[in-house]
Amino acid sequence: MKEESTKKPKLRLAVYWGAACGGCCVSVLDVHEKLLDVIAAADLVFWPIALDIKYKDVEVMPDKYIDITLFNGAIRNSENEHLAKLLRQKSKVLVAYGSCSHLGGIPGLANFTTKEAILKRVYEESESTVNPDKVRPVPQWDVKEGVLHIPVFYNDVRNLRQVVDVDYFLPGCPPQSERLLEVFSLIVSGAALPPKGTVVGASDKTQCDECKRKKTENKKVKRFYRPIEIKDDGETCFLEQGVICMGPATRAGCGVRCIVGNAPCRGCYGPSEAAPDPGAKMLSAIATMIDSNDPVEIDKVIDTIDDPAGIFYRFSLPSSILRRTIA
Amino acid sequence: MEFKPTIVAFLCNWCSYTGADLAGTSRMKYKPNVRIIRVMCSGRVDPTFIFKSFREGADGVLICGCHPGDCHYQEGNYKCLRRYKLMKKFIHQMGIEADRLKLEWISASEGKQFAELVDSMTERILELGPSKIKHTVDTLAV
Repeated sequence: MKEESTKKPKLRLAVYWGAACGGCCVSVLDVHEKLLDVIAAADLVFWPIALDIKYKDVEVMPDKYIDITLFNGAIRNSENEHLAKLLRQKSKVLVAYGSCSHLGGIPGLANFTTKEAILKRVYEESESTVNPDKVRPVPQWDVKEGVLHIPVFYNDVRNLRQVVDVDYFLPGCPPQSERLLEVFSLIVSGAALPPKGTVVGASDKTQCDECKRKKTENKKVKRFYRPIEIKDDGETCFLEQGVICMGPATRAGCGVRCIVGNAPCRGCYGPSEAAPDPGAKMLSAIATMIDSNDPVEIDKVIDTIDDPAGIFYRFSLPSSILRRTIA
Repeated sequence: MEFKPTIVAFLCNWCSYTGADLAGTSRMKYKPNVRIIRVMCSGRVDPTFIFKSFREGADGVLICGCHPGDCHYQEGNYKCLRRYKLMKKFIHQMGIEADRLKLEWISASEGKQFAELVDSMTERILELGPSKIKHTVDTLAV
């Protein structure tokens, strides 16, 4: 008992998913047996993927009751927004965990379309749908037992910072479990935390700084290839082979895992510090690589880049300056 | 209310800005819709500048540089050309009319061509109508 009282109080930890695939929550489990160390230092007070704790249990917690909340997923509907605001209120430190809450992520690609187009496709046009009355989900429905609610689906996907105040960002799709453990150990150790707004668990360097492939300064290409269109030699810089790799404009920290696995970087760790637009630098760099001064030939090279917006903003469309297509 | 387009123009210091200056000192008249920003080279025009101009409400963006082969920095204008072509494809994907972004070569002696360029681009933007980008982002309907 005496030993108990001298022990540091355990941290209270929450993990929540907004518009997410579940991969971020699983990445927390990917710390494997180290999870026992986490549990020794912290109580998990809310984690829908693993624990049966209801929203109403969170609502009755005192403000700032939770020490750290790892919020993964983008803000796609009213439920995501409600929980983002609720968890902000109940947490001392709110961390945007993973690409979706950091930059908008894959769900953010929905900003290339509209709510109407999505609902029309899903509830009217899809090949497996039979819906002659064109019934659409409604947020509120009266039944004899009372009123039923479902979340309101938004037209626009946002990242966490666009909805609430965020303390730290831990990028990645999903973040490397090693980085999570490093950050967590730092917090448990009681060391001074970095300034608010810092991207943690990632480096200030770029992927290229850590990449071991052979590189020269002369990056000039006559055409671009999709990874399936070319046989990668396994050792030369992807860009020099004409395969678009987001390495030059992406933070290091993941251990260049995709490139080590012979796949070009897709940019999930987001741009390096102080980039006002996540894709513009890459767009600029790729364009400069085109080995031609002739307008017609340049057009031909650009024809080999199928989907510039989707490539350069794969994980970051809601965080970009233009943010979405014009409806 | 009558639509008065706003066109943001990035002009390179060595040729195009001097060309625009010539249009002014020669007392040529051209449409007042253009807002000129002098940059050292058209190669300095970062795509961020273009996106930000649109985001802040520009109805059109014009980039002018030295003629091919005449760049003060050897090949800045070629770099600009490549970026411009890729940006065109990108803004088209974002639902922005491709004609809202334009690149032209204006030399230091082409004051008249600059005045005509501003007039013709203003006409084109008037046809296209106001840009919806700022409104769309400012009023993200939920």
